[in-house]
Amino acid sequence: MTESMPAVELRHVSKAFGDLRVLDDVSLSVPAGRAVCILGRSGTGKSVTLKHIVGLLAPDSGQVLVEGEDITPLTGADLARVRKRIGLLFQNAALFDSISVGENVAFPLRRHTRMKDEEIRARAQDLLTQVGLDREYNKMPADLSGGMKKRAGLARALVLEPPIVLADEPSAGLDPVTAGEIDALLVALNDRAGTTLIVVTHNIPSARVIGDELVFLHEGRILARGDAASLDRSDIPLVRQFMSSESSG
Amino acid sequence: MALLSDGVTEWLAGVGDGARFGARALTQALRLPDEPAETGRQLFELGVRSVPLIAAAGFAVGIVLSMHTRASLARFGAEALIPAGLALAFIRETGPLTAGLLLSGRIGAGIGAELGAMKVTEQIDALEALAVDSFRYLVVTRVLACVIALPLLTTLMNFTGLLGGYTAEAAITGIGFEAYFRQAFNPIDFSDLVPATLKTMVFGFIIATVSSYLGINTTGGTEGVGRTATKSVVLSSILLIATNVLLVRMILFLFPGPR
Repeated sequence: MTESMPAVELRHVSKAFGDLRVLDDVSLSVPAGRAVCILGRSGTGKSVTLKHIVGLLAPDSGQVLVEGEDITPLTGADLARVRKRIGLLFQNAALFDSISVGENVAFPLRRHTRMKDEEIRARAQDLLTQVGLDREYNKMPADLSGGMKKRAGLARALVLEPPIVLADEPSAGLDPVTAGEIDALLVALNDRAGTTLIVVTHNIPSARVIGDELVFLHEGRILARGDAASLDRSDIPLVRQFMSSESSG
Repeated sequence: MALLSDGVTEWLAGVGDGARFGARALTQALRLPDEPAETGRQLFELGVRSVPLIAAAGFAVGIVLSMHTRASLARFGAEALIPAGLALAFIRETGPLTAGLLLSGRIGAGIGAELGAMKVTEQIDALEALAVDSFRYLVVTRVLACVIALPLLTTLMNFTGLLGGYTAEAAITGIGFEAYFRQAFNPIDFSDLVPATLKTMVFGFIIATVSSYLGINTTGGTEGVGRTATKSVVLSSILLIATNVLLVRMILFLFPGPR
């Protein structure tokens, strides 16, 4: 990937489910190493945008490029190759409920690396410690609270050290202290490892901490974008109202 | 009228989609399995864990069938044919069909509910996002496990059924174990045992494919998962019974037996 090439780019992406148009000609470019937060009211296409980037949804029209490669026509092994470079935290964590929390985190390593079992366990344990779940390795996902599941899902998304991380509401359902710790983890990931972050959030304080750039989606279109200060001064009342709500998440 | 037409079109589209799904499962299952660990785990979950059900059901059905056989053959003074009659009935049809229907209940509901729950909680999307082919990982492994497990479980059901028949007969006539089984297996040959047992591989394919298809197409949250489990049992049972008619006809054509 060259310096100027965006890590993720959406070109005129539109998507509808039946009569409901969720994304309407959305274009977005995220340079490598940047942290972008996508804001907006519920049902405005934020999660759908993330699913397009990882190829779980295909656009009705437009292109999705990851590290310069158009992923819309990719299938099978080609798509899998791209997906290995993206970590995705789902809104509801989506942990596999038939295996332990630790094995959820270890799963990508077992699938995609040749590491030894003890190395895999150590790496999974390390990630769990980073998200504050150091004693939960052997617990089943059903035994965790919603916030703990979210943190375990984040550990799983990070375990392969992907250059691009997508997070859907990483701090939703967490207490303020833990939410702050998760924010700090994401910021450190972006600052130290140069990981490209695309974070969907309703939590404005988190967005201010994490995002180099904030993108405001409304009714399937980008209504405003810029840094937090510029969105604070936006001409659009809805954006200003959203930015002034300190804890809507 | 338009509503009826829409319903028929939707139903036909569903049938076509299901057939494509089945063809994909078949072609991928015929390749060398690239998920041996998961296939082994499914074989344990779907096969080994079904052993108590199949063994107990086979034993009970064997006792009941033996009592009915005795009541029928006694009218003609042919009690000596009871072990052979029971063995023929069990091995040719009762064992395979009963095992198939019982397993379409246990396994079909299990697969449908498990994959349905995975669908509505985005676990299948998570697999894909982690660069895992969810079809091979979830569907093909279950299809292979069922295709392998069904003939083995049917053999177990045949054995426990004959054991039940022996228990019932021994209680009435005091017949010895060796004598009973010698009489039971005397008329049984290749054409009785092998085709009838191997046809349950088709049953296994039907159960796994139908319930997987319904599972990964589940919508409607928890309620949808419940509906999927029920539909998996009903649809796989109906298809299994209908397919059995065709398979029996085919077996009788290929192995006509004594005339």
